[in-house]
Amino acid sequence: MFDGWLLSQIIWLPILGGAAVLAIGERSVTAVRWTAAGVAGAAFALSLALWAGFEPGAGMQFVERLAWVPTFDIHYHLGVDGISMPLVVLTAFATLLVVVAGWRTITYRPAQYMGAFLIMEGIMIGVFAALDAILFYVFWEAMLVPMFLLIGIWGGANRVYATIKFFLYTFLGSVLMLLAFLYLRMQAGSFGILDFQGLELAAGAQTLIFLAFLAAFAVKVPMWPVHTWLPDAHTEAPTGGSVILAAITLKMGAYGFLRFALPIVPGASQDLAWLVIALSLIAIVYIGMVAMAQEDMKRLIAYSSIAHMGFATLGFFVIFQMAAAGVGDGALMALTGGYVQLISHGFISAALFLCVGVLYDRLHTRRIADYGGVANRMPVFATLFVLFAMANAGLPGTSGFVGEFLVILGSYQASFWYAAIAGLTLIVGAAYSLWLVKRVVFGPVANERVDGLQDLEGRELGTLGVLAAAVIGLGLYPAALISVVEPTLVALLEEVSAAPTAAR
Amino acid sequence: MDFEMPQFALALPEIWLLGAACTVLVVDLFAPGQRRGATFALTQLALLSTAALAVATQWGVEGTTFGGHYVADAMGALLKAAVTLLTALALAYSRPYLEQRGLLKGEYYLLALFATLGMLVIASGGSLLALYLGLELLSLPLYALVAMDRDSRRGAEAAMKYFILGSLASGILLYGLSMVYGGAASLELAAVAEAAAAEEAPLLLLFGMTFMLVGVAFKLGAAPFHAWVPDVYQGSPTPVTLFISTAPKVAAVALFMRLLVDGLGPMHASLQPMLVLLTVASLLIGNLVAIVQTNLKRMLAYSAIAHAGFILLGLATGTDAGQAAALFYTVTYGIMAAGGFGLITVLSRAGVEAEEIADYGGLNERHPLFAGVLLLLMISMAGIPGTVGFYAKYLVIKAAVEAQMLPMALFAVVMAVIGAFYYLRVLKAAYFDRPGEAAGASAAPLTPGASAPIRALLLVNGAAVLVLGIFPERLISACQAALGL
Repeated sequence: MFDGWLLSQIIWLPILGGAAVLAIGERSVTAVRWTAAGVAGAAFALSLALWAGFEPGAGMQFVERLAWVPTFDIHYHLGVDGISMPLVVLTAFATLLVVVAGWRTITYRPAQYMGAFLIMEGIMIGVFAALDAILFYVFWEAMLVPMFLLIGIWGGANRVYATIKFFLYTFLGSVLMLLAFLYLRMQAGSFGILDFQGLELAAGAQTLIFLAFLAAFAVKVPMWPVHTWLPDAHTEAPTGGSVILAAITLKMGAYGFLRFALPIVPGASQDLAWLVIALSLIAIVYIGMVAMAQEDMKRLIAYSSIAHMGFATLGFFVIFQMAAAGVGDGALMALTGGYVQLISHGFISAALFLCVGVLYDRLHTRRIADYGGVANRMPVFATLFVLFAMANAGLPGTSGFVGEFLVILGSYQASFWYAAIAGLTLIVGAAYSLWLVKRVVFGPVANERVDGLQDLEGRELGTLGVLAAAVIGLGLYPAALISVVEPTLVALLEEVSAAPTAAR
Repeated sequence: MDFEMPQFALALPEIWLLGAACTVLVVDLFAPGQRRGATFALTQLALLSTAALAVATQWGVEGTTFGGHYVADAMGALLKAAVTLLTALALAYSRPYLEQRGLLKGEYYLLALFATLGMLVIASGGSLLALYLGLELLSLPLYALVAMDRDSRRGAEAAMKYFILGSLASGILLYGLSMVYGGAASLELAAVAEAAAAEEAPLLLLFGMTFMLVGVAFKLGAAPFHAWVPDVYQGSPTPVTLFISTAPKVAAVALFMRLLVDGLGPMHASLQPMLVLLTVASLLIGNLVAIVQTNLKRMLAYSAIAHAGFILLGLATGTDAGQAAALFYTVTYGIMAAGGFGLITVLSRAGVEAEEIADYGGLNERHPLFAGVLLLLMISMAGIPGTVGFYAKYLVIKAAVEAQMLPMALFAVVMAVIGAFYYLRVLKAAYFDRPGEAAGASAAPLTPGASAPIRALLLVNGAAVLVLGIFPERLISACQAALGL
């Protein structure tokens, strides 16, 4: 009976469910867990219904539009296209994983923990579904509050520093975006994101708006050199927080580039593509090397996240150096590769952080040096961990391969050097991933604490097993995702390549 | 000169409140009991009925009476409703606190009522004289309220500072008024506006305007006329701080709107640079100094200075939209500040003042509901979307962008980010610290000292910040309508 309101249901069910979980409070842990799992499961089921009802290439779908603050022409305007729909499903999926993963491990105030995740799920889906700039901004910023609390309350030793840094960094980036929205609204006469996309802006204004967007999205992605909040936040966050940060939050920055920067200011994106490409390449190579030097498992994965997100941004912006040369295929390949990388990294980073969480729950240390020979005591875990590490390194047959391969192939058509430098990641990424595996998993049992390790229990096996299936599934049959996304990306590409000439 | 009978009906809210205040005075003399139940109930009734009267009789009305000294209009109605309701809220919060400390006297209510009357007069002031009258009627009871706790040395010091600096500001304002009177040859704001709109406005008006602005900035607590704010906020009994930080702020904006928009509005081009200067100074001093505070009341005082900066930015645009934004900002700030100081009041007991930020360590563990209210209030003051504080800042910044003041808008948003830091520090104490862990916390853990209805009021106040943040339309359109938009 609420057929037309599917997106609203996916957004508000978790938020209200989170409020309900908070209301149950600390009275009954069991009730809290089951309610949270029920809400997260229902939201995931709804998101699957969204996927099922989605028609690739049919533009914005499941659109809802209500007046929200009519005085200022702000609308409650939702809708998804091929870019946002998979991210909505990914968000619901990751939240369900997090709720299940935190089932027993969270003993301090579980109601607030689960409530915060559920509320955040609704807000994050709102970010992906919003089609009104102010609505988007409201969701975008509101997300900071639950994440701030999650890192600060359940995080590691250095949590306060990490969470305040995270909050202020991302807050500073996004207020500039708000100013850009206000300017665009004056030009377009509406806050509709799709209305912004049709604007023909002067070159100077485009550059300023692009820089404002870059400030907001680059911090979130994060791109070198504004990435420094991420290793701290990821490392200190509780396992669930790290999973959401890596799997979803980072995607918001990339999503922002696709939804705002490319279509609204294509001229400036073209002019400044070199900048983004350069930053992406630095992230891929330099941050990859930084990852190799880490002694903390979570920090290592955090740095590897930055490097992998560099692939996504490289794929998005390298198209500008090809569209000009008229090589349409390569551009689409790079764009698609960047997008696949987003989803794939969502699975792989979530899995790796969950793996570290499994170890941390047992030995309460994240230092690589404290481990060694885990495979001897936890063979099932070791198998999965090696699989995810391989996927992280881009092994063919896993999802990590598809995105990176497409981006490298696409960027080769722009410049040999882009491909060559990006290709270095196959070496660097393999180096830090495999070295991590070697030091943690293989070798003789390092100490008596490792000797006492128990292998995965059913719940852990379930979460990691599902992720393993997703990683391999997307690696073997990426068409399932690409067929959904491609029509939207083709349309985006047409808009982008048509616009620069019009804007000048 | 013919004598015309004034239209008393136009000034019904003021007349009603004056009568009610006198009634409260008499009732309090004879009412039995230490808890002053009758006085309290009558005071609340007087305030709420005045708010209703102001809206019912003056919303959408345009009229002047008392020979032009009194103006009834929609803006006045909105300001009066805000002032009276905020005062009622402040008085409700203060009752248990004052009772536990033996400070609950009939004078408290009377002083508050007369101060409210002064604010109403400002909101409807149609001439220089009426505005000055209202301002003094507001200020004198406030000085006395700050000194309520006779045994508190801090309170006495605060009252003395407030009185001396306040009198100085009043004097400066009066000096400005006299110059404007000299330049315009009339006390009426309408005539002043005509003189100011002349091709070559007299230099005297410009001088007068500068002096008047100083007086208004003092009342608003804007830097560099903010020196009294931290000491008075910290030294006063918390309920009095609550009162001072809410309704009189609205009155200060009313004073600005009457004097500098209705009166000297045509000279806005000369006023704007001064306002920009005040904005920059307030945002800088308020936000930067608040970072190092360890006392919550003092921190909120500096945050009030920063908020004054945002209000001034809205006024500096000189557009109707900007003024509506400033009005909205002031009203919503009043709600947030009432909640913030209300929380301090509720969590204080006899002998334990919940003043230090460190005292809030582990609040979430003991009282998750109050911690939740604190969370809402702090993120609202920081301007995070989902709370009303976002729309307050958003409206001001939007008005600034539309008025071609992009650099100021940029500066303001950057300062908002810096401001977020000290609000987060309070949340850090409440959520991340364990009880009693932080240095400087008082030994006894915080326990609410207030009765259940007052605690419920606090929860409603916190919820209001959230609900208005999600459904701001009503209040925004009311503020716009008050400005004739």
